[in-house]
Amino acid sequence: MTSQDNMSEEHLPEAAHGHGGGAVVGKDGYFADPGLPPHEHRRTDIDEKAARRAERQVAMWFLLSMVATVAFIASYVIFKPGPTHHVYIWPIGNVAPLNFSLGVTLGVSLFAIGAGAVHWARTLMSDEEHVAERHPIESTPEVREQVFADFRQGAKESGFGRRKLIRNTMIGAMAMVPLSAVVLFRDLGPLPEKKLDTTGWKAGMLLKNMNTGEPIMASDVQVGSLTFAMPADLSEDDDDFQERIAKDALMLVRLQPGDIKDKKSADWGYQGVLAFSKICTHVGCPISLYEQQTHHVLCPCHQSTFDLSDGARVIFGPAGHALPQLQIGVDGTGNLEALNGFTVPVGPGFWERSE
Amino acid sequence: MKKLSARRRHPLAALVVLIFALAAVGSLYAALAPTSSASADASQSLQVEEGKRLYQVGCASCHGLNGEGTSIGPSLVGVGGAAVDFQVGTGRMPAQQPGAQIPSKKVIYDQGQIDQLAAFVATLGAGPAQPLAGQYSGGDVARGGELFRTNCAQCHNFGGAGGALSEGKYAPSLAGVSAKHIYEAMLTGPQNMPSFPNSTMPEQDKKDIVAYVTHTTNSDTNPSYGGMTLGSIGPVSEGLFGWIFALGALIGTAIWIAARTPKAKKS
Repeated sequence: MTSQDNMSEEHLPEAAHGHGGGAVVGKDGYFADPGLPPHEHRRTDIDEKAARRAERQVAMWFLLSMVATVAFIASYVIFKPGPTHHVYIWPIGNVAPLNFSLGVTLGVSLFAIGAGAVHWARTLMSDEEHVAERHPIESTPEVREQVFADFRQGAKESGFGRRKLIRNTMIGAMAMVPLSAVVLFRDLGPLPEKKLDTTGWKAGMLLKNMNTGEPIMASDVQVGSLTFAMPADLSEDDDDFQERIAKDALMLVRLQPGDIKDKKSADWGYQGVLAFSKICTHVGCPISLYEQQTHHVLCPCHQSTFDLSDGARVIFGPAGHALPQLQIGVDGTGNLEALNGFTVPVGPGFWERSE
Repeated sequence: MKKLSARRRHPLAALVVLIFALAAVGSLYAALAPTSSASADASQSLQVEEGKRLYQVGCASCHGLNGEGTSIGPSLVGVGGAAVDFQVGTGRMPAQQPGAQIPSKKVIYDQGQIDQLAAFVATLGAGPAQPLAGQYSGGDVARGGELFRTNCAQCHNFGGAGGALSEGKYAPSLAGVSAKHIYEAMLTGPQNMPSFPNSTMPEQDKKDIVAYVTHTTNSDTNPSYGGMTLGSIGPVSEGLFGWIFALGALIGTAIWIAARTPKAKKS
């Protein structure tokens, strides 16, 4: 009780002392400890018939679990897997009987064990309240004294304070150990360096159709169409394909030249064929929900919307800047090629982004 | 006449006039509406002629008498027979009302009439023709899946369930769409869907995509073993279901575990 009183003294606000009166405040000005309410028995505690009924209920749960386990094994044997076997079960729809019965029976057998245990604890196990007093979490003064004495004696016998050479070299050795981890982590991969600023596109690189793997003739790209392109030197079998396509993916559209509002954007295209980065400038989702009548591109992640007829300007959503455009032209045979790399970093913004 | 004049201010007069007007418009429509008689063995020119007649009744009010387009309907010059077959064959045209997007609805022309309309519109300007059955059947499902995820899944969802676009537009579900109409949609780019012409997506690619979509959206070939696909639209509906029902069940169980057991009445 003493520790509890100390705590009250420490934590009660000053104002609590002066106020009050009446039944809830004790003689010394503190709120009286109301203690625990008197214990009330459950029906199963005083009525042997109710207790036996509860016992049967718990046993029923456990028996249900056993039945479900048997049913699990039975349905594993009975139902055959395969697409030809499925039945309609309301409101879930068409399901395979094997999957459905395995899931339901295993679920029931596990749940019934838990439910039986909970019902057992709630009705039959003792629910008498116990009071466990709180004590300060510290050892007795004798034990503490002994520990400090042992420590001082050990320090003295080891000569830690006296032999400074040993002490200093030991501290030095321990300080240096983490260096090996630093070297290992540093070597896990190259630093990003300028990788975020550059892509695989450079002047003279042909555009490759991602459907056919062939170069794209400018005349093949029709008004209203949508084509996906990647650099000609990239192949889906390359080891670094995923790493590169994450920055190099292009979306190729063709607009009526009169529909293009942005002069620079029109100049960077070829007769209305425009090539934009497919990577959203917000958080880098691949973005190609292209509406060919409005020329809007919608990002499925956070609904950023870009107007491809106006230099891929952001017209809605959280994206911070326009989709980068690749300057394209045609080579001698009429195939589309990049006239330049991307002049701004593609994808989401980052600290050192140059623009 | 005096009797009629005397009643013109009756509260129900406007209603009666309206009913008469509607009946008149209805019977006029019934008289002028396209009939479903079409001779199967009509020659090409006869088909164009019939198509033009149908066009002038059903389409010209929005698309202009010669398909030149008006302020409410785009020009049909150069859209080709495939576009007509898709738009009319899925019931999108004739449109019921303008809006963000013209939805698919009940088809009101039979295939013979659609062919006639397509034949007429094809004469307005060169465009993609209606495909033959061999052009859209017998594709490779696995390869079609790859192509679908590259070209189509961004709007139509990986399972072809469709999805929302901006300002009320949407990519419709592909379930139950016929192979021919999927092929024509890719070829012509209806409404806001971009087109995927044969020059950048060869016919074989389209064939494979059609095979994938048909396979994936059909519950006979691609049954849902667990049931309850929740629209196959991924984490949004699944997350919502999880939050409401799975968490709800967990909370209910927790409340049951922690609830006070009923006490016996004080004796």
